[in-house]
Amino acid sequence: MASASSIRLADPGGIQLCRVLREDGSGLLKGKHGPLPDREQLETIYRAMLTTRLLDDRMLKLQRQGRVAFVGTASGLEAAIHGSAAAFDEEDWVFSALREGGAAVQRGMALYDYVAHMFGNDDDTAKGRQMPNHFQCPEVHFPSWSSVIGTQLPHAVGAALAMKQRGEKRVVCAYSGDGATSSNGFHAALNFAGVMKAPVVFVVIDNGWAISVPSAKQTAARSYGSKGKAYGVAGFDVDGNDPLACYQEVRKAVDRARAGEGPSLIALRSYRLGGHSSSDDPSRYRNPEEFEYWSKRDPLLRFERYLEAEGLLDEAKREKWVLEIQTQIAAAVEKAEAVGPPKLETLVEDVYEQPPRYLTRQVVEALRIVAEKGEADGVAGKFPL
Amino acid sequence: MSKLTLVQAVNDGLRTKMQEDASVLVLGEDVGPKGGVFLATEGLTAEFGEERCFDTPLSEDGIIGVGIGMAMNGMRPVCEIQFQDFIFPAFDQIVSEAAKMRYRSGGQYSVPMVIRTPYGGGIRGGLYHSQSGEAYFAHTAGLKVVIPSNPHDAKGLLISAIEDPDPVLFMEPKALYRAFRQEVPEGKYSVPLGSAQTLREGDDAVVFCYGAMVPVCQEAAGRIAEQKGQEVRVVDLRTLLPLDEDAVLDAAKACGRVVVVHEAPRFCGYGAELSALIAEHAIEYMEAPIVRVTGFDTPFPNTLEHYYLPDARRVTDALERVLDF
Repeated sequence: MASASSIRLADPGGIQLCRVLREDGSGLLKGKHGPLPDREQLETIYRAMLTTRLLDDRMLKLQRQGRVAFVGTASGLEAAIHGSAAAFDEEDWVFSALREGGAAVQRGMALYDYVAHMFGNDDDTAKGRQMPNHFQCPEVHFPSWSSVIGTQLPHAVGAALAMKQRGEKRVVCAYSGDGATSSNGFHAALNFAGVMKAPVVFVVIDNGWAISVPSAKQTAARSYGSKGKAYGVAGFDVDGNDPLACYQEVRKAVDRARAGEGPSLIALRSYRLGGHSSSDDPSRYRNPEEFEYWSKRDPLLRFERYLEAEGLLDEAKREKWVLEIQTQIAAAVEKAEAVGPPKLETLVEDVYEQPPRYLTRQVVEALRIVAEKGEADGVAGKFPL
Repeated sequence: MSKLTLVQAVNDGLRTKMQEDASVLVLGEDVGPKGGVFLATEGLTAEFGEERCFDTPLSEDGIIGVGIGMAMNGMRPVCEIQFQDFIFPAFDQIVSEAAKMRYRSGGQYSVPMVIRTPYGGGIRGGLYHSQSGEAYFAHTAGLKVVIPSNPHDAKGLLISAIEDPDPVLFMEPKALYRAFRQEVPEGKYSVPLGSAQTLREGDDAVVFCYGAMVPVCQEAAGRIAEQKGQEVRVVDLRTLLPLDEDAVLDAAKACGRVVVVHEAPRFCGYGAELSALIAEHAIEYMEAPIVRVTGFDTPFPNTLEHYYLPDARRVTDALERVLDF
């Protein structure tokens, strides 16, 4: 167990961390800032952060009650996720990792689609194929993610190169966590993007932990932002609990990419307040003092103080929004739970565009056995992490 | 003797070898203070220090590649790949490097390394926490592939795997990690690689299986005995490569009716090799077609996982078909 003096700090020391908002949220730091979100965007970012927090709370409760199988929450990362997501346009693409599902909602995915996916029911757009927290929404250019770490990063580069070749002024957002920076995909993606000047922005949400492995053991580099240098990719380190700084630095990177100036790497330094997932017990490996330190730096509270100081938020408004969002979530949960699982026949769909005959035979066989011997029992095992 | 779960037996096997042999070390993601996501390496860092049980950066390719280098230079690394589904970034290192080192160097270099990895369904893990990829590796000359089905064998086979002079892929049925306890001897013992075991006697039919499908097949054999009064032999292969060919052919010839069960997809699955082996060497003994019960030829689903996985219902159906043929 690490001693108190070795806990992860908001300011790592030795590197310049970009910050706009004071740590107590009371206002902006002195200096030249921008581009910053306008009033409407501030509200959008805040509501998205609040929605993610409330969704996570609700999903975690459902998981504890055995109604949802797995949840990977974004607690503590809301500023990083929603401040950065706000910097992309509607027509841009977003490749996500485990915790950025809220960005799809921010971009316009129906809350019900989010919840239906968590249940993996017959309304899930992925037909119950994936574990919870593997969101997709083609309507808002948010492709499907696998659980294999870092694999989406080269995809993001490829999608960006396709846009570039067609002469579109679109940009791709490539989210990953700190752990993914060790993956083959990260190396290949940064290298290709640099060489080919792909219009892509790599957004690394450094939440301090890859399950139980601290960032300090993930890399000997001084910072994740500094990793861009060797690839010829502009790299920056940002206070990931400062939604304004996240927006500003990512927005500048998006503008550069759109102008044909190539990729950037933006590392958002934040902290995972929850476990890796609903099944993880972080007390096995994490210093409680570190958790205390970061829970005092909750990005939602910091942003609320700023919005209050700017006259954009008060307690009544906040309560109204919380109630509104909670009501939407409750309605979505009620609807999703009333929908059954996907039909057995769906098992063989989408392996190919058209099911080959042998797959059709396999499903016919399964239906015969159900008719003769009854339905399959559910599985007994629980997800471990 | 103490009663252990399969995952505790794995832990005990690692500890036993680490106590005996200072060259044995454990590396992987989250194997250190957390003790692995399934707690298979719990307590090893505390007991043996960070030099001998350590967390790595998140790179399967790195874990296996570094393990190979250690093995080439006098160590006995046990690499953990957190889920078998995550092994593919390291496929190159396993298939092109570890498996070929002895052959390509004319026996001058070898890779005495174990890769432990939980495989298979049954935990609501969906596409990427449930796969059974044994066939990819059983197709690779130079590797050994081992899959235990119970705590006793898990410890004994793991000890044999660590002592083996060649690279061994040790696939652990995660669905059985905590499914039941069994008496496991304390200290060192081994179960030899390449040796199948008959878990239930019978000569009306034989079912070949391994890993998490073993209790499923035992249950099905019990149902057949109860419903039809016929006795089904259950053979647990335990090692897929090298296969205990004698055990397979002897049982096939003795029973004349064969069912092969695995949860991996059917096409080019391990059952295809078993069926071909029996067809080549014992077709004249067969009184019914060889029937396979397998996962679907699809990726692994999430919500419908229980239909994808072979269960006693499906194995019983297949046994009835060969018995009634």
